[in-house]
Amino acid sequence: MTAPGPREGSVTAGPGEGSVTVAGPLPVRPYDVTVVGAGVVGAALARELARHPRLRVALVEAQDDVGQGTSKANTAILHTGFDAVPGSLEARLVREGHRLLSAYAAESGIPVEPVGALLVAWDEDQLAALPGLADKARRNAHDGVRPLDAAELYAREPHLGPGALGALHVPGESVICPWTTPLAYATQAVRHGVDLHLGCRVESVTGGTGGGHQVLGTTRGPLHTRWLVNAAGLHADTLDRMRGHEDFTVTPRRGQLLVFDTFARDLVRHILLPVPTALGKGVLVAPTVHGNVLLGPTAEDLDDRTATGTTAEGLAGLREKGRRVLPALLEEEVTAVYAGLRAATEHDDYRITAHPGQAYVTVGGIRSTGLTASLAIAAHVRDLLADSGLALGPARDLEPVHMPRLGRTTPRPCRVPERVAADPEYGVVVCPCEQVSRGEIRDALATTVPPRSLDGLRRRTRARAGRCQGDTCGAAVRELFEQARR
Amino acid sequence: MSAREVDVLVVGAGPAGLVAAARLAALGAGRVEVLDGDQGAGGAPRYGAHRGYGTWPRVVTGPAYARRLVAVAQRAGAVVRTGVTALDWAGPLALETAGPLGVETVSARAVVLATGARERPRAARLVPGTRPAGVYTTGELQRAVHQFGQHIGTRAVIVGAGGTAPAGEATGPEDATCAQTATGAEDAVAAAYAEHAAVTTVRASGASVVALVTGLSRARTGRAPVADLRPWRGVPLLTGATVTELLGQGRLSGVRVRHRDGGTAVLPCDTVVFTGAFVPDHTLARRGGLTLATGVRCPAVDAALRTSRPGVFATGALVRPTASAPAAARAGARAAHAVLAHLRDTC
Repeated sequence: MTAPGPREGSVTAGPGEGSVTVAGPLPVRPYDVTVVGAGVVGAALARELARHPRLRVALVEAQDDVGQGTSKANTAILHTGFDAVPGSLEARLVREGHRLLSAYAAESGIPVEPVGALLVAWDEDQLAALPGLADKARRNAHDGVRPLDAAELYAREPHLGPGALGALHVPGESVICPWTTPLAYATQAVRHGVDLHLGCRVESVTGGTGGGHQVLGTTRGPLHTRWLVNAAGLHADTLDRMRGHEDFTVTPRRGQLLVFDTFARDLVRHILLPVPTALGKGVLVAPTVHGNVLLGPTAEDLDDRTATGTTAEGLAGLREKGRRVLPALLEEEVTAVYAGLRAATEHDDYRITAHPGQAYVTVGGIRSTGLTASLAIAAHVRDLLADSGLALGPARDLEPVHMPRLGRTTPRPCRVPERVAADPEYGVVVCPCEQVSRGEIRDALATTVPPRSLDGLRRRTRARAGRCQGDTCGAAVRELFEQARR
Repeated sequence: MSAREVDVLVVGAGPAGLVAAARLAALGAGRVEVLDGDQGAGGAPRYGAHRGYGTWPRVVTGPAYARRLVAVAQRAGAVVRTGVTALDWAGPLALETAGPLGVETVSARAVVLATGARERPRAARLVPGTRPAGVYTTGELQRAVHQFGQHIGTRAVIVGAGGTAPAGEATGPEDATCAQTATGAEDAVAAAYAEHAAVTTVRASGASVVALVTGLSRARTGRAPVADLRPWRGVPLLTGATVTELLGQGRLSGVRVRHRDGGTAVLPCDTVVFTGAFVPDHTLARRGGLTLATGVRCPAVDAALRTSRPGVFATGALVRPTASAPAAARAGARAAHAVLAHLRDTC
């Protein structure tokens, strides 16, 4: 092992692996590229740069886990980009990203279900808007969209509430696991040499002029880097201003969501979208890859970038809208209420800008489509870095990662006789609602990027994510988590 | 996958399941097997450390009561298998199970569902706010403190009967009962027991109780027929109030409460316990497509505890979520006789 002695909270790295740290001072040696923000976009970029073994890359994150900001609380949809603004950067990157992520998900074990979407018209105005949306989809190179009359619609969605007049069917719209995706990127990046520094909030940036290093002042001390990429999501404008740019302002847009129990899953077959209006995309009802049903999001523009709480008004409003779309849904138990903040800006498109003189690239204004577009954004930013003067060096193919398959279409290990026979720990079911075994929890606690909290463990295993929310298993899961940390 | 056959398969080794199994084995039902996913048998009483189980004068603690039930079932010849989880149905009278010894299909001539009840967690009660650590139900709290000795926090707010008001409208009647009509008095007693258990468990963990928030206009602590009211001393009661928001990033920092008169206040705390609001643990019943009763959706049963599927019975807190441990045990005995009749008829 050539790595320096283990730092506090670090996971021992194998040869060629980067390290994962959560505390203590940062390495003194300058990095070639530092990516600020380990959301889905930053993690994707770190992974992309890991293809170039000569680059020394750091991924720094203020929170204690990857994907902890906007990335963890979204609608979990893998978009086709059928409704993007034709010709925009977002439209292109979403389209490319959909293709790239679909392939990557299959390779890595990220759950995806290609359920398709229905844009449901509930009045004559909405019905009249559907041909225009179909035309827009065609201009976005999505040829599969097709109108459905009311009879066809109800045949596809028999539990839909009364009063729908017709719909536009958008094949290819899919649902995906929003937690496994950034985790797969970060895992693969670290295994190929990227250092992941968690609990590391960037508070200042200095230097970088005249060919010198940039120095990031962080809550864990200084970090030196030649190139800097800003993927700070909700805080991207703050970091941008530290480098002297007033390009955009992030207005956090809160989206509250309700997650319904898996018993609701049979009520819905597609992603049910409202016809978009000037006020936004509206409230959707969508299945999740884990077998739940999502209802949301609200869209509330806020000033507070930490306001991830739900409100009584928000939840009541969602239930009222959900009742019209899928009345039986409201009879089922809710297993989670949460809110995420989307990094909305005053601009209609992504704000991805290279500042070659500063060896600095901003990746701002990545909205709810960021999950879908992440791999395409990463490739785009890599090209921007190269065009700006970063010598990437030779590229290599990355060893695939194999993430635990948490989707409902894959049986859990406790249901696979061969796996239980090979390792009895997979037969010890700790979380009965989600059928999570002690073996899976053990595995998650020993991964390349291990969880630092019970919520992190839940996102990796589904333990405590079911209808009892930990009433049965919470204490036992916590015991396993704390044992592993002792 | 290996397959086995038994005469009666009981799912759930709580009071109802254990008593049913004990009776069945004693009365010659043949091979009687009880499964429980938990690592020990006894069900909810295992975690009730206070004295108050059993019948006077033989009142004992929950764990002692649980041990007695297990011993009786085993002496009668029933096989009690813990750490074995019934995952799903593999046929009309067959279940797929998982345990450290492997995945199995167990078929039976009769199946008794005794999977019990649990308290509705925060999310199902639609309590707004952040999602911090430090949020419990009484059940999770009891396991954390009594089974694992975990540190839960220092200052706890306990949310008692009527202490939450769902956003929008109620999804179902709280503390509702199903096929077996229970009285309002039983609901009140069950809720009071849960409040009592939460208070004693918080205190046993070394934390202090900041307040008991209840939507009732006066607390009914005196209604719980528990042996020991001492834990209630010094518990501030906040009556006519509901918890309207959880506060804090990462860890709970407080709960916002609203009084009936419209006033609101924040109670600083690092732990909150949602008690009562019992719902059946009906996962297997629903997966099996059994007819469910309205309300909180217990499996529908007739007077002989027969479900909509011949040979499948349901008993205990699964069909009456507010049932006390002795009531569940009595229901288990009743189920045993119905199962015996079924076995005789299907010979």
